[in-house]
Amino acid sequence: MIELKEITKVYGSKQKTTTALSGLNLTVEKGQIFGVIGHSGAGKSTLIRCINLLERPTRGEVWVNGVNLTRLGKRELQQQRRRIGMIFQHFNLLSSATVYDNIAFPLKLAGSDKAKIKAKVEELLVLVGLEAHSAKYPSQLSGGQKQRVGIARALASDPGVLLCDEATSALDPQTTDSILKLLLDINRKLGLTIMLITHEMHVIQSICDRVAVIHQGGIVEEGPVTEVFLKPQHPVTKEFISRDVAGGEPLKQAIELLKPKGIGIYRITFLGTQTYESTLSEVVSETGVHFAILQGTISAIKDVPYGQLTVSFEGKPEAVAQTVAKLQQRELDVEVID
Amino acid sequence: MWGLDFSQLDWNEMTQASYDTLSMMGYSLLFTIVIGLPLGIILYMTARSNSLVFRWTYRVISFVVNILRSIPFVILIISLLPLTKLIVGTTLGVTGTIPPLVIGAAPFFARLVETSLREVDWGVIEAAHAMGASTGQVVRRVLLPESLPGLIAGATITAVTLVSYTAMSGMVGGGGLGDLAIRFGYYRYEKEVMIIAVLFMIVLVQILQMAGDRLVVHFTRK
Repeated sequence: MIELKEITKVYGSKQKTTTALSGLNLTVEKGQIFGVIGHSGAGKSTLIRCINLLERPTRGEVWVNGVNLTRLGKRELQQQRRRIGMIFQHFNLLSSATVYDNIAFPLKLAGSDKAKIKAKVEELLVLVGLEAHSAKYPSQLSGGQKQRVGIARALASDPGVLLCDEATSALDPQTTDSILKLLLDINRKLGLTIMLITHEMHVIQSICDRVAVIHQGGIVEEGPVTEVFLKPQHPVTKEFISRDVAGGEPLKQAIELLKPKGIGIYRITFLGTQTYESTLSEVVSETGVHFAILQGTISAIKDVPYGQLTVSFEGKPEAVAQTVAKLQQRELDVEVID
Repeated sequence: MWGLDFSQLDWNEMTQASYDTLSMMGYSLLFTIVIGLPLGIILYMTARSNSLVFRWTYRVISFVVNILRSIPFVILIISLLPLTKLIVGTTLGVTGTIPPLVIGAAPFFARLVETSLREVDWGVIEAAHAMGASTGQVVRRVLLPESLPGLIAGATITAVTLVSYTAMSGMVGGGGLGDLAIRFGYYRYEKEVMIIAVLFMIVLVQILQMAGDRLVVHFTRK
């Protein structure tokens, strides 16, 4: 659905150049919600703006809906852009137009007739829950409502792809959740492919299927959210996740205290229904090992529940080894911490 | 009162002069907008362009605009006399004042237009591009509606400036209130004529400014 091939973007003149993206490859499948996470300056904003060529890559190809956008002329690009919706951090609504006219804007650009526009706008107003606000101006709306208008506007021309450029970064946590829920909703109802960029792991965890971590203009890690989230490999990814999942200092203290005593410390990861099963307590009662929980999280990634416990096992070395083996037999992921 | 006698005032002349001022201001404002608005849009569009051709277009237009704005208006009128004759066939009367008024005010208005357009949030323009808008659509459907209050305020300032310009162009045979004030009030020591003529101009400027301010408020959505 979206395919980026060897995208390089260099800014600046001959004297001083900055490379925002360097030879980046990325594929987003149809119907997916794909998240790109990175620090500011990592190149994520350039990346998403390259997809509809608001920013033209210096090298590389951009394929959206099976069309190579980088090779299109001005007119054809305008046509293709109508099939790619986009929402923005600062909403970018027309302040001189009502909610209704803002949503109708892409349809007017395309030259649709009035009756068609009216039907479509009314349908979208219901979808985003703004039926009562159609005659208001953006300045009369809250941030969350403005983003709903932005979403409705982006959907007006029935795009196959929706690009979200830090769409929730200017919103408070509650509003963020309601907007994320709306995005998930339209992804399911309309089968829309969504690509979003963010610096908040929470956004990725709530709605994304796949995630890519961008750092210094390149993708350093990519995969299903469950995998990247629970088994981060790259230091930057770990940093994003540890901020959310905790661990950090308190856990370090516990490890420093227990390690010299020769007590083994393990991280057990539960995924899906495993999370709700009493596997750990069954296994330790079989092997006679005692355990203490040093740190733990039970939450969900999108709608997959997961748990992650850091525990210390006390007992005979054989019994501890047996415990680990039994946990692994039950398909839990066990990792030794040192 | 203060040795003034208004009973001798020629009200017919005063009415004619008011009418002349209004038509000089009205017509020249109309043509100033017709020429200055596109010029301002071109200035705005070419200033931001990456293309070398457009950037040179900007430099050339900007240079000409600056020159026209730096020439004192009285000198502009005199130096434009042959051109005025060529365009409207006369240098006299209301008709004869319109070309210099427009050439004097259009560059001024164009700069005001450019400034108002720059106030438009770049994000909104970008959003329109992302939705597949052409350059023409961005101008018509984003830039102009979004900057409408600023454009009206600019037109108001221009109209007021034109009122004072008409006083000068009146001196070179255009007529109007300013001309009346100078000819009778200054050269013939008829203070009454000058006072009334200036009073009329003050009222005119007040009305223009009030009307402009109201329109700005009416179209402001922020």
